[in-house]
Amino acid sequence: MPPLKSAATPVASVLAADARHTVTVVLNGTPRTGQAHPRLLLSDFLRHELGAHGTRVGCEHGVCGACTVRIDGVAQRACLTLAVQADGRRIDTVEGLSQSNQGPTEGRMTALQEAFRRHHALQCGFCTAGILMSLSDYLGRNPKPTEEELRDMLSGHLCRCTGYAGIVRAVMDVTGQAAACDTRSGEAAHV
Amino acid sequence: MKPASFDYLRPATVADALAALAAGGDDARVIAGGQSLMPMLNMRLVQPRLLIDLSRLEELRTLKADSGWLSVGAAVTQAELLSRPTLRDEVPLLAAALPWVGHFQTRNRGTVCGSVAHADPSAEMPLCLVATGGAVVLRNAKRRRTVAAADFFVGPLTTVKAADEIVESVRFPLAAAGSGHAFREVSMRHGDFAITACAATVDGTQASLAVGGVADRPTLRSWPLVGGALLSDLDAALNAFAWDLGGDDDQHATARYRRDLVRRIGRTVLEEALSCRR
Repeated sequence: MPPLKSAATPVASVLAADARHTVTVVLNGTPRTGQAHPRLLLSDFLRHELGAHGTRVGCEHGVCGACTVRIDGVAQRACLTLAVQADGRRIDTVEGLSQSNQGPTEGRMTALQEAFRRHHALQCGFCTAGILMSLSDYLGRNPKPTEEELRDMLSGHLCRCTGYAGIVRAVMDVTGQAAACDTRSGEAAHV
Repeated sequence: MKPASFDYLRPATVADALAALAAGGDDARVIAGGQSLMPMLNMRLVQPRLLIDLSRLEELRTLKADSGWLSVGAAVTQAELLSRPTLRDEVPLLAAALPWVGHFQTRNRGTVCGSVAHADPSAEMPLCLVATGGAVVLRNAKRRRTVAAADFFVGPLTTVKAADEIVESVRFPLAAAGSGHAFREVSMRHGDFAITACAATVDGTQASLAVGGVADRPTLRSWPLVGGALLSDLDAALNAFAWDLGGDDDQHATARYRRDLVRRIGRTVLEEALSCRR
């Protein structure tokens, strides 16, 4: 998708602190416009201005990873990005993962999401959206990560429920690297 | 945790950015990746009146090896540098240290120059710059000047950069034939700030160790090679270096533990660097 016009024409004048400014992004393939003070974080812009509540807000200083979205395809922290910095960019959030299946499978979860369900890779689900958005970028660059590489990438996300074991199993499964697992217990099947 | 209010400028050129920075004085800050500045804004540790965004300036998106240096412009992210296919040959120390900078997700936005400008004493990019004998190119509205890495860092989050200057680029010397490099760090969890980080470089005549996370800035010490080998009394030399660094106790580790890391990891990386000379 070509960048929006606003991306190619840098702002020549200062955006005033006390005014709201028009910000246009392509959210999950659809152009969306909202208003933002310069200090508004992208995470809050997505949730409160565009109503995309799939992106979670956790620590708001870049540590927990819950707010991770893709900006022009690249996984980044929405809480460490200003909404005005995202003007003209493509933003992909967890809502876009299932929508990307058009046609008869529309609305279905992606294979990665299905693997998360099978392997109990989530419990409360607060961290899940961010982890899925990181993985959707990371697995494109590294389609068959080793467990060590995967755990290194996951160090950018805090999950307090699963202990990461289910997440690792889900990714190993969906990348074709794991033995078949029992879908109920998550145990490796007896061979 | 939301930032205090500020005006926001997305300049069309570096010259526009520098003019705005000169006019804004101490109330203006530049942002590129913002992976250190945004948390400080969110926590209101800094409250600038004007934020000048360098991240979309194509002039600063330069990454090239030329005349013995790898030059990294201010808009180049840590991930972009790490994914450079020739990095392992050009500056192998960077290829070893970059995976330790933050996380995958923050490297995707954080810049190399931003990390150097931020000057956290435990950060990997300032350490690599000092370890390799790199340089920082500073620019304001009137002039450009180049400062050696050893002279750039003054203390925690403090450098010789003036308020009206930006770090336009940083330059790492290309690794010479016959040199060796190694990097290791210890932190609470991978991606956390280093308790102690060690970067070793070895060339034909000397072995050098740069240490981060202990003193108030990355600090380098060199020793001559004796018959192509490390000093016979290296333990004593490392012990003296560890004490001279003068680290403090903090919530992560004691000064004593840090000295022990300098002695142990220091030896390890020096031996690794010596054995992997090319």
